[in-house]
Amino acid sequence: MRFSVTVFPGSNCDHDCEYVLRDVEKQDVQMIWHKDTDLKNPDCVVVPGGFSYGDYLRTGAIARFSPVMKSVADFAAKGGLVIGICNGFQILCEAGLLPGALIRNKNIKFLCQSTYIRVEQNNTPFTNACKPNQVLKIPIAHGEGNYFIDAAGLKGLKDNNQIVVRYCDANGQLTPESNPNGSLENIAGICNVNRNVFGLMPHPDRSAEDILGSHDGHYLWQSILSSKVGAK
Amino acid sequence: MSSSIMNVEVTDKVVKEHGLKPDEYQRICDILGRKPNITELGLYSVMWSEHCGYKHSRALLKTLPTKGDKVLQGPGENAGIMDIGEGWAVAFKVESHNHPSAIEPYQGAATGVGGILRDIFTMGARPVANLNSLRFGPLTDPKVKRLFTGVVHGIADYGNCMGIPTVAGEVVFDDSYAENCLVNAMSVGLLKHDQIIRGKATGIGNAVIYIGATTGRDGIHGATFASTEITGESTEKRSAVQVADPFMEKLLMEATLELIHGNLLVGIQDMGAAGLTCSTCEMASRGGAGIEIDVAKVPQREKGMTPYEILLSESQERMLLVAKPGCEQKVHDILAKWDLHAATIGIVTDTGRMIVKENGKVVADVPADSLTDAPLYHPAKSEPAILKTYKEFDENSIPVPGNLSEVLEKLIADPTIASKRWVYRQYDHMVRSNSLIRPGSDAAVIRVKGTQLGLAMTIDGLGSYCALDPYEGAKIVVAEAARNIACSGAQSIGMTDCLNFGNPEKPEVFYYLDRVIAGLGDAARAFNIPITGGNVSLYNENPTGAIDPTPVIGMMGLFQNVDTRITQWFKNEGDSIYLLGSMGQSIGGSRYLTVTHGKKTGLCPTLNLEVELKLHQALKALADQKMLQSAHDCSDGGFAVAVSESCFTGTTHEQKSLGATVSLPGEGRLDGRLFGEAQSRVIVSLKPADAAKVEEILKKFGVPFEKIGTVGGDSLTIGKEVKVAVSRLADLFFTSIEKMMA
Repeated sequence: MRFSVTVFPGSNCDHDCEYVLRDVEKQDVQMIWHKDTDLKNPDCVVVPGGFSYGDYLRTGAIARFSPVMKSVADFAAKGGLVIGICNGFQILCEAGLLPGALIRNKNIKFLCQSTYIRVEQNNTPFTNACKPNQVLKIPIAHGEGNYFIDAAGLKGLKDNNQIVVRYCDANGQLTPESNPNGSLENIAGICNVNRNVFGLMPHPDRSAEDILGSHDGHYLWQSILSSKVGAK
Repeated sequence: MSSSIMNVEVTDKVVKEHGLKPDEYQRICDILGRKPNITELGLYSVMWSEHCGYKHSRALLKTLPTKGDKVLQGPGENAGIMDIGEGWAVAFKVESHNHPSAIEPYQGAATGVGGILRDIFTMGARPVANLNSLRFGPLTDPKVKRLFTGVVHGIADYGNCMGIPTVAGEVVFDDSYAENCLVNAMSVGLLKHDQIIRGKATGIGNAVIYIGATTGRDGIHGATFASTEITGESTEKRSAVQVADPFMEKLLMEATLELIHGNLLVGIQDMGAAGLTCSTCEMASRGGAGIEIDVAKVPQREKGMTPYEILLSESQERMLLVAKPGCEQKVHDILAKWDLHAATIGIVTDTGRMIVKENGKVVADVPADSLTDAPLYHPAKSEPAILKTYKEFDENSIPVPGNLSEVLEKLIADPTIASKRWVYRQYDHMVRSNSLIRPGSDAAVIRVKGTQLGLAMTIDGLGSYCALDPYEGAKIVVAEAARNIACSGAQSIGMTDCLNFGNPEKPEVFYYLDRVIAGLGDAARAFNIPITGGNVSLYNENPTGAIDPTPVIGMMGLFQNVDTRITQWFKNEGDSIYLLGSMGQSIGGSRYLTVTHGKKTGLCPTLNLEVELKLHQALKALADQKMLQSAHDCSDGGFAVAVSESCFTGTTHEQKSLGATVSLPGEGRLDGRLFGEAQSRVIVSLKPADAAKVEEILKKFGVPFEKIGTVGGDSLTIGKEVKVAVSRLADLFFTSIEKMMA
């Protein structure tokens, strides 16, 4: 598969995404500078983590105006697969490709730690290699990962089965203690109604090899690789 | 600083305000053959400060061993560089940002990280890991909580935004640092041998280009500020503290690496302490050339800045470079891509002079190398009288506590010993996806992608020992850092030092500096580990006197095969636990004596360098054969704390505990055996089936050892003296700081 990884000024997980896709998953990867509008015909776009534009106004708020994001929106509208990780998730929300917003962690502080997430929906192109309710060990590293959406929005997410992964404990229980950042209903990642755009705070780019302490991120990449969906 | 400063007459009072002594001023007049103008006085003032000129410490620093087969770049550049094989090299350095952090903890610490990162990428290396060593007053003090919170937040924001993992560090809380916290930041970068570039200006007529952030009035005289004691008036010098912009630095880093790896540059240097002044004269001096710049061409943040202000500004996130002939346009194109300022502000000359113009009019004209050749002092030294009282301390005056389990609980919850999870959870320690051993073990380990190579790293300081016995304490700090590396299974290859001391013009302080450097040098030579660079931070004083003399060592270790790495925690029920090394019974200088009995006194432990080296060699041999399940050194809190810490898996959010039952080896007072800090000891665990082979290797290296027990159960039991549920110990260990900060 061909992956295009967007690079904004301040992206800093771009190298990690490139590495995991090229060297671990053995796929074609190209890096797309934010000023470019040509996505170079990918099967999947990855919007990586980092601090795009320093996250100075609000996380992801400036990146959404980069030229490349117009192309990403067009690509998504045609059904192309788009995955946003961490800051990438924040950017997709700011760009309106995903509903809701990510606000400051409830304890105010940046949190870098291992977390468990439960696969709530495995009928998406990003989770189809997972079993229902499979528990994945994937780390987080963010200061603003507290997912929020209004009541109507939340109902919409539930009605359309858009809540893809939730924070849980090692046994898959959705407990307050296992919710690291105060996210509404332990939400760790969601997809759009058409299920071709996915955003999550945990980092599958840092957890696809045993040497890093977990290979569970590999299930998400494997899902994308086995999906038949593509831009029309 | 008024804009009419150009007209300020250089009087005795002005000279004094610039921190220059009368004989130093006379030397400037002799060099120039005339009186300096105010701008020139400013140049000498910052370059001849202790921070830039090392005038009180240079003679001693020259005695340290800096050479070795693997050293590609020793002291004198922005960072040291060592060969790690397969065409790869590692650049690393530690630097202090104590004074700014004491005044403005968030910005002070953040710019400290920014400064050390620039030192790394200016050599052509991509930063891959950060470490830090922090010291504060007691954590029960609300002022300390504010400083601690701000410093950690500043380090976190800067490193996280840059995308460099902060993988290791240490935090100590002690009265000695109450008004003068220590913030030492270290960075590690990777590069290929052919990517090394240095901070020198050569090639007559080559363009001198300024890149990065604009120049403002922030941080003027930061270097001079760092070379005086902090007083009640210091908070008024807040303009001497710079403001951090990690996003700008991220762009600057990417652009700089693109320039260097594109082979477009002759030389490059970051603008840190003493800003444009330092980068200009140091590059010219190293290149044996002259340099001529026009400050009117420098991108400026504010209107009406004088040459004096532009030259002395310490605005962050700026670099100065010399382009190769014909490459100037390409340099500008790359900077435009990253939306960064770039301005050609001058040329390299053959005059040996640093000439500064403003719109073509000369405002300063001095020999470039005279700025980098600060006066050299050999201050008076005298042994502090208090050292005698330490030696006379009678340990028998301290009763052995009845309940030693309670003592262990108290020690394990002491903020200096307790887990620093509250700190490292705020640092992104996984970005770049190389972190194989994360914060919480003796040393952090990262991989070098595309190879089997790995790097182990640790940072350690020991103020309390050095206060009691500076020579022995300094040996121990090197030994402990190297022991941490050995416990991870790696080979120590090089180190960087940060020397935090009080005012060197006081004979007692200089005595400490002299003895500490002697100890560092002797240990480095005994272990054959070169010191490739570092930093000196003097004038760390508070109203009650100097801080404890605090050398901090950043140690770099190398794995040929990173699969041989070891963590400090027990792995399997039934594994055998061994003590390597010999027990002692002294409690002198121990954390136990301070925490339980409120005393910082006695004889600090002594260290036999040969015994220590054999221990390291044996650990390396055992690691190479994958004979060990865990290895953890005995340091603060001694034997009992080391065994306790081996029971906890210390990573973020996945604590797992395994109990253990061990004997209490040795003879003599129980508290000394449990909590005394005798050196050259390591707790290891191994599979029973490997015992014979392990013992054979230990005998071969002449390392004393004793099988002391077995991993398993829910409690930690040490002889008849200690029995505590491991879950209780783990809870105290992991949540102590969190509870104090809540």
